[in-house]
Amino acid sequence: MEHIELFFKSIFIDNMVFATFLGMCSYLAVSKKVSTAVGLGAAVIFVMAITVPLNWLLDQYLLQPGALSWLGEEYASYDLSFLSFIMFIATIATMVQLVEIIVEKFSPSLYNSLGIFLPLIAVNCAILGGSLFMQSREIPSLGLAFNYGISSGIGWFLAILAIAAIREKIRYSNVPPALRGLGITFIITGLMAIGFMSFGGMLTGGDEPKAKEETATVDVVKEDAQKELANNNTKVVE
Amino acid sequence: MAFKDSKLITDPLADNNPITIQVLGICSALAITAELEASIVMSIAVLFVLGVGNVVISLMRNIIPSKIRIIVQLIVVASLVIIVDQVLKAFAYELSKTLSVFVGLIITNCIIMGRFEAFALANGPWRSFLDGIGNSLGYAVILIIVGFFRELLGSGTLLGFPVLGDPIEKTGVYAFGYENNGFMLLAPMALITVGIIIWVQRTKNPALIED
Repeated sequence: MEHIELFFKSIFIDNMVFATFLGMCSYLAVSKKVSTAVGLGAAVIFVMAITVPLNWLLDQYLLQPGALSWLGEEYASYDLSFLSFIMFIATIATMVQLVEIIVEKFSPSLYNSLGIFLPLIAVNCAILGGSLFMQSREIPSLGLAFNYGISSGIGWFLAILAIAAIREKIRYSNVPPALRGLGITFIITGLMAIGFMSFGGMLTGGDEPKAKEETATVDVVKEDAQKELANNNTKVVE
Repeated sequence: MAFKDSKLITDPLADNNPITIQVLGICSALAITAELEASIVMSIAVLFVLGVGNVVISLMRNIIPSKIRIIVQLIVVASLVIIVDQVLKAFAYELSKTLSVFVGLIITNCIIMGRFEAFALANGPWRSFLDGIGNSLGYAVILIIVGFFRELLGSGTLLGFPVLGDPIEKTGVYAFGYENNGFMLLAPMALITVGIIIWVQRTKNPALIED
């Protein structure tokens, strides 16, 4: 049940493109033709399905506060989480290189049609964003991390496929000259995002107190800080 | 500063804007612009990372093997972003909560990789520095325009100060029956706002129109 929920949530509700604007650059640049869009989308699904679980393992056994406790008790207090950006991006760059080699070997035609965009997957924010969201949302198990990677990839694939199909058709319509190309693509994406917002009620019935949780944690931190301040003040007075 | 060098700064501000013309670095431009303050902080972060990163890459351009240059570039950016992230966490904790993962996503901001590839690998440090500053200012212009309109129309404030009056006591503009357009704060309106900026820009300068 948890898996199904996460699957649909990351495809529709938290769609990478429409809810968090990740991977917009390649989304806008490669969406002129459906065939290239499908190629890139498939590559993104593949890379995400590998990197998110890998980064989950890294986060769990190396980076999190206390993650190094498997080495021995004296390491339990280490917190390497500030290194997570560099570790995540290194994993991603390596995996993209690997995918490039595999695609070149098994499907030269796909390799040629993707051209420069294959290495650019390394700098596609959706991929790094997937890993960072995986970390900040504290996904609890390896299986769920794999699920999250693959379903966010599918969500991205869906978005780029839809926009490519629309852009192929819009060539025949009479768009104001100044809006042609980039401008109209932005506006269509905006309208699609409005459509995708309505998926928000799919799992929760529409009353998810999402924003409140975050402010609550901030408040707690503030209170703690204030208490500390108060303590310090009293000490000074004493 | 020679004329040719000053063009490095002024060009990206309008006619070669990284966001509206080169189509780079869109993600963060859209995601964090619901508040003006976040937009400004993000712009400063990118200014730092791109300015310093461009100089570093430019200094190393003759010793980077071209096969692994993407990994080298990513490591340079990632180190700079770690600095930004730690500084933000130390001095502006709540703001770093608002920006959440998007600070990390500066690493994959295409403007940075794009400028490294297109400029810093082929030019000296001083020109690369100017190019970095110019492009991040071009990015900042769009971010600030979008942030300005979204915060003004969405919550009636600028940088957190109420400028349109008090929506509850019905003072200022609200006395005439104006209401905050909460939709401006949601994701879709960011896209449409950028679309409108592109529309205005290309209407003013028809040379930029795509076919």
